[in-house]
Amino acid sequence: MSKVLVIAEHDGAALNPSTAKCVACATTIDGAKIDIVVLGASVSGVASEAAGISPVARVLTVERAENEHAIAAVFAPQVAALADDYDYVFGPSTAFGKDLMPRVAALLGVNQVSDIMSVEGSHKFKRPIYAGNAIVTVEAPGDSKVVATVRTASYQAADGGNSAPIESTDVNVELPTHTRFVELQAGQSDRPDLQTASKVVSGGRALASEENFEMIFKLADTIGAGVGSSRAAVDAGYIAPETQVGQTGQIIAPDLYIAIGISGAIQHLTGIKDAGTIVAINKDEEAPIFEVADIGLVGDLFQIVPELTDALS
Amino acid sequence: MDKILVGLKRVVDYNVRVQVKSDGSGVETDGVKMSINPFDEIALEEALRIRERGDASEVIVVSIGTAEAQQQLRTGLAMGADRAILVETSDAIDALSGARVFKEIVDREGADMVILGKQAIDDDNSQTGQMLAAIWGRPQATFASEVVLDGDKAKVTREVDVGLETIEIDLPAVITVDLRLNEPRYVKLPDIMKAKKKPLDQIPLGDLGVTPGPAVNAVEFAPPEARQRGITVDDVAGLVSALKDKGLV
Repeated sequence: MSKVLVIAEHDGAALNPSTAKCVACATTIDGAKIDIVVLGASVSGVASEAAGISPVARVLTVERAENEHAIAAVFAPQVAALADDYDYVFGPSTAFGKDLMPRVAALLGVNQVSDIMSVEGSHKFKRPIYAGNAIVTVEAPGDSKVVATVRTASYQAADGGNSAPIESTDVNVELPTHTRFVELQAGQSDRPDLQTASKVVSGGRALASEENFEMIFKLADTIGAGVGSSRAAVDAGYIAPETQVGQTGQIIAPDLYIAIGISGAIQHLTGIKDAGTIVAINKDEEAPIFEVADIGLVGDLFQIVPELTDALS
Repeated sequence: MDKILVGLKRVVDYNVRVQVKSDGSGVETDGVKMSINPFDEIALEEALRIRERGDASEVIVVSIGTAEAQQQLRTGLAMGADRAILVETSDAIDALSGARVFKEIVDREGADMVILGKQAIDDDNSQTGQMLAAIWGRPQATFASEVVLDGDKAKVTREVDVGLETIEIDLPAVITVDLRLNEPRYVKLPDIMKAKKKPLDQIPLGDLGVTPGPAVNAVEFAPPEARQRGITVDDVAGLVSALKDKGLV
């Protein structure tokens, strides 16, 4: 039997879908028995959500006032202590998991396997490197725990319908006070979250201004899509950084991805390689985005986008 | 604050389209342009600005690798670092061992802050900074887009998936930097000349008492599955009908 501990990501109110994707990855390990741990100040709602994920055996909760915000330096010693009973410790390759899991790995004296795309054996995994230009099969030492982040875009969320037992647990470790949460400025958006949106409309530098991004928003709202962007658009200040898709931004896998005025640098393409259908709208017919697009339309986005929005309204 | 350490990793240049070797043993690096990991340049720029504001007295750039990494360290010195340390090894260094090396240098130098890139663009691991903070027992502020120093504390704004998170950390601490923190300066010719005279210490890895491993070993490299170019439509009507055919709108 392989015991897997998945670290739940949540905001205190709701479980992040990345958790069910980590569970999906864990189920591909031979003989996996999967527990989820939820750390927080008060987590009963989140824990019930986690207990619904199949085939989770058990949900552990660690409720402490210090756990109100996901501070890696505070969470890591608790996760490392819980890891004693497990062969694998998995977290998502989101900002939360990327911050926390290497700290856990170091406390356990092991290296981390980052961004698992597939499980190839008990200690063998595939992962992308060089912005997805190469896929490497890596092997973690067979005699030590595996601490890993799961590339969430490579997995469909595990099914629900479960009702795993929820157990409250105490972890007796001293917690540091050297790192303190101050505030979170979440982007105000009623649009679907990039990680879970089935459709995403993304704009690039060719939009040429913050004002012009309005047409991206309008198209997105017309079809119920999330909004993404290229690094160039973010660097130019046209749109908020959390919308950036690519190697150093979000890695996503929507059913439909519409890239507008995005040339398609490899660093961007690595963020969308698992998308269902890629649509490219660009005036440059030589743009690399067309090499990966399922549907390409060469032309002036300032004409095409309003016309498309009208046609889909 | 006295000393800031900055890590500079020698990586395949950002603009190179990396190719997997035909025998799957690795990626082609022969004759390929090598540069400082772009995130590390941002880390160095931030350290230099802190020193230039008078909030630190010395910026030390550190690399781990073969003698060839001197090139990147010299570039760091030309950007304005005061001195450089090359921890020499011909072995590939895993993230945890890299973190242990930095911890040794932190102890030797009595550093107050370590600024690193949030990830290297070769292995895309994003581990070393967090691991260093763990074994040092100090705060980590990852994916920083703003750093505001306040005596022995710092307020750091971090790029997270839903927006921007601000945390306050006590120093000493580890900061890993994101793209939007600053724009690194260009190196001017006279600075390159000056950099040649700046001290660059070489320390064999063995002298630090760090033995690499146990690593997560690469077994095989393969190119990614390529997506196929699809259809081209002539106009919006064609696009809409193609989307409808696929049941997407």
